Amino acid sequence: MIAIVDYDVGNLKNVATALGDVGLSGTITRDKKVLDAADAIILPGVGAFSDAMDNLRKFDLIDALNANVKKGKILMGICLGMQLLFDKSYEDGEFSGLSYIPGEIVKFDAPGIKIPHMGWNNLVINRDSPLVKNIGTEDYVYFVHSYYAKPDNFDDVVAYAEYSVKVPAIVKKDNVIGMQFHPEKSSNVGFKLLTNFKEMIS
Amino acid sequence: MLTKRIIPCLDVDHGRVVKGRKFQNIQDVADPVELGRYYSDQGADELVFYDITASYEDRDIFIHIVEKVAEAIRIPFTIGGGISKVEDFRKVLMAGADKVSVNSSAVKNPQLIREAALRFGAQCVVLSIDAKRNNKGSWDVYVKGGRENTGIDAIEWAKQGQDLGAGEICINSIDTDGVKKGYDLELNQKLSSLLTIPIIASGGAGKMEDFAEVLKVGADAALAASVFHYKEIPIVDLKNFLHNQQIPVRRV
Repeated sequence: MIAIVDYDVGNLKNVATALGDVGLSGTITRDKKVLDAADAIILPGVGAFSDAMDNLRKFDLIDALNANVKKGKILMGICLGMQLLFDKSYEDGEFSGLSYIPGEIVKFDAPGIKIPHMGWNNLVINRDSPLVKNIGTEDYVYFVHSYYAKPDNFDDVVAYAEYSVKVPAIVKKDNVIGMQFHPEKSSNVGFKLLTNFKEMIS
Repeated sequence: MLTKRIIPCLDVDHGRVVKGRKFQNIQDVADPVELGRYYSDQGADELVFYDITASYEDRDIFIHIVEKVAEAIRIPFTIGGGISKVEDFRKVLMAGADKVSVNSSAVKNPQLIREAALRFGAQCVVLSIDAKRNNKGSWDVYVKGGRENTGIDAIEWAKQGQDLGAGEICINSIDTDGVKKGYDLELNQKLSSLLTIPIIASGGAGKMEDFAEVLKVGADAALAASVFHYKEIPIVDLKNFLHNQQIPVRRV
């Protein structure tokens, strides 16, 4: 069972549905006992960074996330959920994140580019990982975000997409994984990535 | 590289997909879930479903369709039509939609854009504008399905929408809609150079060259309905054509 953390940041059903496609059972929950019992935890999320952190605090979920990450359980953040894994974000201020991966979240600011970075972009593999098995540069995934991760160590980036800068698309540090795009909305490439995720946790 | 998007638009009435010609002479073409799945398989990058049902009781049928679409397809989709309150946003987003498009209701109450963007994120707020050329060399914003001229300048309204927090603008040209003689290139080019959020061109696609032209002048995505519904342009062929024109597209 995969726990999908429910902290009032949009619809989580689509993530559960896509997990079902690869034969994983997702439970949408904010119950700490369910997080502790889960084989892996997914932290989804859309919206603003500070609101998301406030909600994690409000539902008293941060200790449970910390404890499970410390135990070595796989935690995967999706979209805003990935950004929360870093030290801090400059989205409308300066806010602390979960600090599982060293680095910060900054806004796109190249002249002439459209913001949000919205649409299908291809993945460039930065380092080998079972997460990107059978994934190559012809594989496109769906992004929608205005801020991106700047990790202290670019080796934490498994794959990136080019959009004025190298935009970290898949990050991984030990048992903590992040996907900036939406695998649940990325058609057959999303399916391949979630299949890889399944193999990694089983 | 970020690709340009091709977006089939499905007008839904009483649970079925229809397509108007100049907003009139509507004909039934298919089941929204089946057609959505078909387009997704063919390589559509996103889908738009417009609820054109007028009656309140049919809203529940439509929400049920949104849920079924979310279960059936794994590409993003936008819901429009009949969205006038923040609560309407919540309903369709919770049913599984990725974005919500507002049109007349945002003209009436521009703060709806800001409230929805703050609550659900700018990424899910699409400002849809029906624009028609006037005789002063600019474009007016029309509401109520293209029947009423507000006198508002379309480009100014698009800029205001961006400032209020819209994540994307869908610009539908009434002059070219249903005529199949190409998109309004001048309007799309102006908007693309003035705005920093993505632009979806809508209205006028008749042949594959029309898509290439509007994407080359700066539109980030091109939306069409009848050329797809009547299988005049298969999406697979369109993507290959655009690729050969050096336009970045995602091919399946």
